[in-house]
Amino acid sequence: MPYLSLAIWVPIVAGLAVLAVGRDRDAGSARWIALVGALLGFVVTLPLWMHFNTSTSTMQFVERTEWVPRFDLHYHLGVDGISMLFVLLNSLMTLFVVWSAWEVIQSRVAQYMAAFLIQSGLINGAFCALDGILFYVFFEAMLIPMYLIIGVWGGPRRVYAAIKFFLYTLVGSLLMLVALIYLYTVSETFSILDWYTVPLSMKVQLLLFVAFFLAFAVKVPMWPVHTWLPDAHVEAPTGGSVILAAITLKIGAYGFVRFILPIVPDASHYLCGFVITLSLIAVVYIGFVALVQGDMKKLIAYSSISHMGFVTLGFFLFSQLGIEGGLAQMISHGFVSAAMFLCVGVMYDRMHSRQIADYGGVVNTMPKFAAFMMLFAMANSGLPATSGFVGEFLVILAAVKVNFWLGFMAATTLILGAAYTLWMYKRVIFGAVANDHVKTLTDVNRREFWMLGALAALVLAMGVWPKPFVDVMHASVADLLAHVAKSKL
Amino acid sequence: MNPAAMMTKFSLLPVLPEVLLLFAACAILVVDVFLGEARRHVAYWLTQATLALCAWFTFTTMQEQPTLAFNALVVDDVLSDLLKFLCYAAVSAMLFYGRPYMAARGLFRGETFVLALTSLLGMMVMISAHHFVTLYMGLELQALSLYAMVAMHRTSNRASEAAMKYFVLGALASGMLLYGMSMVYGATGSLDIDAVARSVLTGQGNRTLLLFGLVFIVSGLAFKLGVVPYHMWVPDVYDGAPTPVTLLIGTAPKLAAFAITLRMLAVALGGLEFDWQGMLMVLSLLSMILGNLVAIAQTNIKRMLAYSTIANMGFMLLGFVAADPNGFSAAMFYSIAYVLTSLAAFGVVLLLSREGFEADQLEDFKGLNQRSPWWAFIMLLVMFSLSGIPPTIGFYAKFTVIQAVVQQGFVWLAVVAVLASLVGAFYYLRIVKLMYFDEPVDTAAFEARTDARVLLSANGLALLLFGVLPQPLMGLCVIALAYSGFV
Repeated sequence: MPYLSLAIWVPIVAGLAVLAVGRDRDAGSARWIALVGALLGFVVTLPLWMHFNTSTSTMQFVERTEWVPRFDLHYHLGVDGISMLFVLLNSLMTLFVVWSAWEVIQSRVAQYMAAFLIQSGLINGAFCALDGILFYVFFEAMLIPMYLIIGVWGGPRRVYAAIKFFLYTLVGSLLMLVALIYLYTVSETFSILDWYTVPLSMKVQLLLFVAFFLAFAVKVPMWPVHTWLPDAHVEAPTGGSVILAAITLKIGAYGFVRFILPIVPDASHYLCGFVITLSLIAVVYIGFVALVQGDMKKLIAYSSISHMGFVTLGFFLFSQLGIEGGLAQMISHGFVSAAMFLCVGVMYDRMHSRQIADYGGVVNTMPKFAAFMMLFAMANSGLPATSGFVGEFLVILAAVKVNFWLGFMAATTLILGAAYTLWMYKRVIFGAVANDHVKTLTDVNRREFWMLGALAALVLAMGVWPKPFVDVMHASVADLLAHVAKSKL
Repeated sequence: MNPAAMMTKFSLLPVLPEVLLLFAACAILVVDVFLGEARRHVAYWLTQATLALCAWFTFTTMQEQPTLAFNALVVDDVLSDLLKFLCYAAVSAMLFYGRPYMAARGLFRGETFVLALTSLLGMMVMISAHHFVTLYMGLELQALSLYAMVAMHRTSNRASEAAMKYFVLGALASGMLLYGMSMVYGATGSLDIDAVARSVLTGQGNRTLLLFGLVFIVSGLAFKLGVVPYHMWVPDVYDGAPTPVTLLIGTAPKLAAFAITLRMLAVALGGLEFDWQGMLMVLSLLSMILGNLVAIAQTNIKRMLAYSTIANMGFMLLGFVAADPNGFSAAMFYSIAYVLTSLAAFGVVLLLSREGFEADQLEDFKGLNQRSPWWAFIMLLVMFSLSGIPPTIGFYAKFTVIQAVVQQGFVWLAVVAVLASLVGAFYYLRIVKLMYFDEPVDTAAFEARTDARVLLSANGLALLLFGVLPQPLMGLCVIALAYSGFV
């Protein structure tokens, strides 16, 4: 069975079906088709997990057909231990997003659902593509639905945020296109895996590094090219924020391990100090920035940047622990940031405010919700036994092995993360009931309960027993490190 | 050109479509006189039938080998056949899309149809030219018909002004081209493309004279393509002309201009490759940068698309800068992709317009998604195609030309090109923003006929279809060039 093609095309076809059938007057049918489509889209990715062979680093579930013979482009798909989990994560999150929008989105429901479904397929494509241009096509095409999602269903400054999001991402990716084409002219192929063995001079490697780095650093986002993210998050509807934080940021980080490290290993070693510095700035400085935010979504957005700093830090330590830590952090952040944004969404739907100052004492009226959010806040600050702990612990461990002070700086995230997340939690949830609006809040309904419950289960499962997640990565990460260690000069 | 090209002295076969078109144009002119206002559509359908018939004859007389005719004045090769098909399609689409617009403004007349056909004839002659004089004749026929078409809207001052500018500047450009040709003649002693090519390659002619001629020829071509610094006429003509005429000017002539650029520079003056490469590089850079920057400031969609054309022609020239068969096929693919996209762009503008309402302001696109999700989607495809975002054909167009220049070692040129297209993305995104993020101001229903709606939908979806599966069209460009002697 072509599972990867199914993972890509089932959501896209479902999205088109929603567009074709769904009418604004009859939003119900659009919702149900979308839910069935998202569910199917998730179900077809399950075999990837079940049939995955953890003992090999070669690509699995490979599909390869000629696509554009003129440039030797192939429809070449495959997953390894690095990318497989993200396909599942993305398909799962799409399900949550469709579910979370159920009665919340009332205008142009069909288009909303379709945008997410189509985007889901495109994102899966980016994770599975093993042809440079195929990757690029998915990588760029997924900007279109997100641009519309932010712009159509977003907040008051949505136009600014949407255009900023689009142009920022485009700057980097256009240079990456030139880099991909350059690699083609030296290697006569667009196959990413073949590029791992192409010899490149240091000067060329550095230029390629810059091009790829710009594309992926904007996407991650790394300090100082992160400024689009808080704007996009704040203005996007809840679903948009969830996908942005949980999935699209991961594509940036994924690009580091799929392209930068193995294709330009010498430049990566040469510039690792630079990347580590940027990552630490993100971890520490952005952590402080998060502390002073008055808007909950903005706070979580900055927290995302800080957490992603951990990921890039882990990657550029060039050790098994560091890279696996970074990947585990990506998965965990996918769960946790999605859950946090859904929590904010739950409150926003009731109060129509994201300002921390407008809340206080929510626990009195929403006890169940408060319990869930407690768990997610803890996970966000990296408490042991939650998924957040796994990645951070591994990366800090790897950092200490390289240099104690590096580990020390990285470890400040445990304090800062706890500070900004729990302080926000305290101000929003605890205390006396702040105002009449809070007094009239109703606790989570059944849909929200199961949605948050499922995420809570995942966060705990990964925290308590991370072995299956990390096992998947071992072989592929070891292979990646072998490539990184081998000079291409 | 392929030396094995067949020579036919007395056969009309290679020019059968042209002959047919000429007779049909004359016939329609006569028939139209006897038609009342109520039966004007007979002339219209006759015109469409002529186009279909021309396409049929072009198809049946297609040959793998290039055929020279009339003492090598014209050539019939796969390249010219392919470009002619697209020209027929562009003229036919102009008539389909523009019918209600023309009817509402008194332009639905026999003269319009005949002028469209004669300009098409001019383009066909340009495409098939194998001699500088033939080429010039085609160019003039095409240009004169278009001048008249721009001025057809007699009561409009802007149209008259546009026609005047177009005519004066166009005449100047033709003059330059002709002057350049005369120098080439002086240097090589021939105007036959193959003979000039041989003479240039063997270095017989006076090189200084040839270079002077080249400068004038490149200037003339640059004017026809509308690239900076010969772009002044483009925005005014696009804006002032009736929209269907703008559609015509923005599409088919670009293909013809591609063909003559190919035949004059790549074939006839192929020996001066290093000289024109540099000139085209400057033109291309200036167009990409200036076109995209100035387009941002426009509030009128026709002007915006005019600057977008300038920028896009700059991109197309990148293929010529690469100066190898790979680059030529990239430029050809770019031209075709651009024409397909442009047709749909003006098609939507025409769809939105009605009697007394031009729909030429950006504001007129506000809230289109709420008025009609389908047409908003088509326009969305057009905009992303113009800005080169996958999965649309525009992406592969940019991809092929960038690949062509990178292959030749001009990586910096590729970087400038992608940065220019980044600037371009901003104004294309703005249209999407207006259509999707804003509330509609105008709520009138669309007047387009069913045939136009179907065609426009197909045209829009083609941008997506060729964006997902670009190989057929890309392969066709490679094959056409290979069969026509560019290997």
